[in-house]
Amino acid sequence: MDYFLTEEQEMIKEIAAKIATEKVRPVRAELDEMEEFPWDLMKIMAQSDLFGVYLPEEYGGLGGGVLENCLAIEELGRACIGVATTYAASGLGAYPILLHGSEEQKQKYLPVIASGEKLAAFAVTESGAGSDAGGIQTTAQRQGDFYLLNGTKQWITNGGEAEIYTVVAITDRAKGARGASAFIVEKGDSGFSFGKKEKKMGICTSATRELLFNDCKIPADRLVSREGMGFIVTMKTFDVSRPGIGALAVGLSQGALDIAVEYARKRVQFGKPIISFQAVQHMLADMATETEAARALVYATAKYIDSGAKDISKFSAMSKLFPTDVAMRVTTNAVQVLGGYGYMRDYPVEKMMRDAKILQIYEGTNQIQRNIIGQELNKEYGRIKETFF
Amino acid sequence: MHVVVCIKQVPDAKNVRIDPETCTLVRQGVESIVNPHDWYAVEAALRFRDEYGGKVTALTMGPPQAEEALRETLALGVDEAVLLSDRAFAGADTWATSLTLARAIEKLGPVDLIICGKQAIDGDTAQVGPGLAAHLDRPYTTYARRLELLNEGQLRAERVTDLGYEVVQMELPAVVTVVREIGDPRMPGLKHKMKAKKKEIPVLGAAELDLNPEEVGLQGSYTQVVKVFSPPPRCDREMINGEVEEQAEKLLKLLQEAKVPGL
Repeated sequence: MDYFLTEEQEMIKEIAAKIATEKVRPVRAELDEMEEFPWDLMKIMAQSDLFGVYLPEEYGGLGGGVLENCLAIEELGRACIGVATTYAASGLGAYPILLHGSEEQKQKYLPVIASGEKLAAFAVTESGAGSDAGGIQTTAQRQGDFYLLNGTKQWITNGGEAEIYTVVAITDRAKGARGASAFIVEKGDSGFSFGKKEKKMGICTSATRELLFNDCKIPADRLVSREGMGFIVTMKTFDVSRPGIGALAVGLSQGALDIAVEYARKRVQFGKPIISFQAVQHMLADMATETEAARALVYATAKYIDSGAKDISKFSAMSKLFPTDVAMRVTTNAVQVLGGYGYMRDYPVEKMMRDAKILQIYEGTNQIQRNIIGQELNKEYGRIKETFF
Repeated sequence: MHVVVCIKQVPDAKNVRIDPETCTLVRQGVESIVNPHDWYAVEAALRFRDEYGGKVTALTMGPPQAEEALRETLALGVDEAVLLSDRAFAGADTWATSLTLARAIEKLGPVDLIICGKQAIDGDTAQVGPGLAAHLDRPYTTYARRLELLNEGQLRAERVTDLGYEVVQMELPAVVTVVREIGDPRMPGLKHKMKAKKKEIPVLGAAELDLNPEEVGLQGSYTQVVKVFSPPPRCDREMINGEVEEQAEKLLKLLQEAKVPGL
């Protein structure tokens, strides 16, 4: 469908699609099998200016917003969401600085992220703090002009590969949710190291690793926003990054649909291509309809956020929830359409189905997204005086 | 360093047909692409510039829509582009084409290196590169896989041969044609692509190049396509199967039956 994108947005799609088709698709199976970080592809994306599409021009970006970010992510995700997650996670690490960083922090970090010279990452999750970010144990203690960080972050995307990390740590436990703060930590800071690299079900090319802080000493000017703003920074970051997860899901669904339809047109059983059987046709029809609906929701949400709207949490959660549930169904059904072949590693849909699962889990589980939507509904309708009965 | 890269817009080989009457390619309705071998020439030119400084100018001769091919090279980071387009250029063979390109290169100011793809996928002659060198009276080499600038304007190139490679050295300005081993063509960049959209591309015709109509296009061509045909199939073939010894015996028998001298 034509979404009436601008000329620049079309260019972003074109270039991302070209990289996805010519560079990512031929190596995705090998990257998955070898669990190898896609540095070569990251360099190609950097050379093509993709890392700056959502960043302002004054920081070396192309001046786009959430929609531009989503368009690039979707096209890359159509070939491999392991690679696309790696790309998107750098944006996730940059958003806290973009949204809440000081001018000095923006000047220092955003241009190198925009050029793709350095990757970024965002670190909130810990072994005891997943959906409940209140369980964070990592602490940051002020000591004169420095902060001392102690603790362990878990399952950090781009961990070990990124150079710039935005890390959420507790500065005052007594204040509860208002006791967390966000900091920028650089690879190479004293007392900062990396733990084990995880073996995952899917997106195996993406690096997922522990971050270890052992009296990690950072200058006090690495604090993002003010002390106590850590949770606000986190929530605002997720509000703008979640459509990106929706975009990964749309790309993945489209990639699986492309293969399922092509296969169904060629595969002959009972003397006919299987696409001529209604049982298969209806599956493909549902896959295509849900994928398009998911895309429309992601684009609409991204545009709404880019318009400067404030009430974005509910829509942002929806734009992550729906497309990722769709991607799980679509990839599962793509395997079903390909039958035994779909289950084999020789065909790409097996990987796509494994990859899809993480979309329902990371950047807030889909249960958490429903919580957000539910709570927003409760608030919204609490403000409305009229009755609908 | 000023590097000129010559490219050609060709019909997408996946969809070409040949007109049985005129024996020429039917271009109507067929998507045009940049000759795939020329992407390696563009990559070679950009790498040479990135390594030694200077600028890259892309040059093509073709109908007005060949401008699109030039814009594609600009999206990769090529600095300037020039289109040679004139009704009089139509129907040019490799002689007339290389003459026209050579005159244009002379008009581009000082040029240090001219790079072409090894051949075009439509004509497959591989003659335009060497032809350019002849018209410009400059040294050249073909099938280069590596280019290196030495001191005092000397170029060292590795050229691929059937047996391995040769190292040749020549004085600049020179002409080289390159092969895919030179390096994978880079992907377009967003910033370059945005600039490419607006970039002005000068169009030069025969008059601007001080060429007479008799020297260019069909009139200036020494070759004309008289007929295009598929080569006749070779004579009957027979596959010999079985163990190696068995195959050797069968082959010997067949050769003896055919009265091959000495058997």
